[in-house]
Amino acid sequence: MAIATAISARSEPAATAYNEDVVRWFAIATIFWGVVGFVVGTFIAFQLAFPSLNFDLEWTTFGRLRPLHTSAVIFAFGGNALLATSLYVVQRTCRAPLFGGPLLATFLFWGYQLFIVLAALGYVMGITQSREYAEPEWFADLWLTIVWVVYFIIFFGTILRRKEPHIYVANWFYLAFIVTIAMLHIVNNLALPVSLLGAKSYSLFAGVQDALTQWWYGHNAVGFFLTAGFLGIMYYFVPKQAERPVYSYRLSIIHFWALIFLYIWAGPHHLHFTALPDWAQVLGMTFSVMLWMPSWGGMINGLMTLSGAWDKLRTDPVLRFLVVSVAFYGMSTFEGPLMSIRQVNALSHYTDWTVGHVHSGALGWVAFVTFGAMYYLFPRLFKVQRLYSLRLVEWHFWIATLGIVLYITAMWVSGIMQGLMWRSYDSLGFLQYSFIETVEAMHPFYVIRAFGGVLFTLGALIMVYNLYRTARGDVRVEEAVPVAAPARLAPAE
Amino acid sequence: MNELLNILRQLWVVWLVVLFLAIVAWTFWPSRKQRLERHARIPFEDEDRPNAR
Repeated sequence: MAIATAISARSEPAATAYNEDVVRWFAIATIFWGVVGFVVGTFIAFQLAFPSLNFDLEWTTFGRLRPLHTSAVIFAFGGNALLATSLYVVQRTCRAPLFGGPLLATFLFWGYQLFIVLAALGYVMGITQSREYAEPEWFADLWLTIVWVVYFIIFFGTILRRKEPHIYVANWFYLAFIVTIAMLHIVNNLALPVSLLGAKSYSLFAGVQDALTQWWYGHNAVGFFLTAGFLGIMYYFVPKQAERPVYSYRLSIIHFWALIFLYIWAGPHHLHFTALPDWAQVLGMTFSVMLWMPSWGGMINGLMTLSGAWDKLRTDPVLRFLVVSVAFYGMSTFEGPLMSIRQVNALSHYTDWTVGHVHSGALGWVAFVTFGAMYYLFPRLFKVQRLYSLRLVEWHFWIATLGIVLYITAMWVSGIMQGLMWRSYDSLGFLQYSFIETVEAMHPFYVIRAFGGVLFTLGALIMVYNLYRTARGDVRVEEAVPVAAPARLAPAE
Repeated sequence: MNELLNILRQLWVVWLVVLFLAIVAWTFWPSRKQRLERHARIPFEDEDRPNAR
């Protein structure tokens, strides 16, 4: 518990007593839930390829395990990563300790883990309000609201007592994430419980209003949880690991405001060709296409931070995780607006293409930037000299990258094939394929996808071992990974 | 008066665009360059590095 005071010993004038205990717990929780989420995801991928893996038990059906997977990776893995990094970054960039002291921080940690367990147990037992990415029932939602308000108080309180006059841009992104998620969570989960002691509730909304509320929530969960929050990670950890300031601070300001102005309108692109009025569909599509600008502005800002130091990518696998994640951010945010165009959506919607798109963002961007941040954080949080092994980071990087490539290419092929088969007519105007024929045709791609998931999980397990040894203070004696002989002398490190 | 207000309200998207353009202009105003780009150094002001490489 007294670690926070110990670190101040060696830094210069009046070092701040940062609270890093809670950051360490959140970092460990990130790794733990990450592995849980990846394992469940890989398992349900195999269920799709081999349905007998449903075991004919209600608790292990795909329908119940799928929300377990999505919630585990988004809210447990991603959420803990955001909590860990935001509480670390806000202290460092404000040069102030956490507001509210250790007690409030401890409540935040255990309160959030309790929410995760409540939600996960509910899914397996069939307690769900069937709103995508918002499946927990009303009692869990109320609990999360309390926890989230505490999070806001800690984060904002820390900003208010900062010693640094300017609020660094990473904190803007984190704050936008915290505030917007609170708003989305409360509105989308407005519901009336059937009884005081029962789990069941009914949404306050009905029909197309319900659908639009759901996707206003759903898309902005992508926009403000999986994008804004993780951009906060990018704007701190990429400069720190590269040891150079962000390419353009002014571009980061524009990046922030463009994202804030545009993202909130994009939700209707999930409801093309539904009962939602056409004008609303076109509005959602237009704002989605405009999102190309902030996405690519942000990607350029992240990548160009490396300008003049590209050689570090060869020698530093941690930096490579961070930089490749930014490249995936650019790629998946290029693909997203493309898929939101109604004519493209007519082919892609309800197919595996969507699943592939989500995973290029989730595995390539969200998970990779988190891995990079965790490799950066663990030696610092556990006060050890360096990571246990950089070679294992290399192995993790290449195995996980191969897993992603297998995953997304399989889903592209399978999704586009599925969409084309659905819209094929024979010469008499009848549908050419029955539904089950499209399912059969997708089988090989499902197997490839599941194999990609195995590789990604394997990479994460290598990371667990590496970080465990790092936390124990072990250092592996190893030679640097040989890099392809450079044509000229490599610049001095 | 009320009618005018109604018309102005219908043009919300215009006002938001104007507001955004104002932010862009403020940010890229040449005289602010030095001051804003200095903020990029903030993550490096905090240097207790137990594990400098």
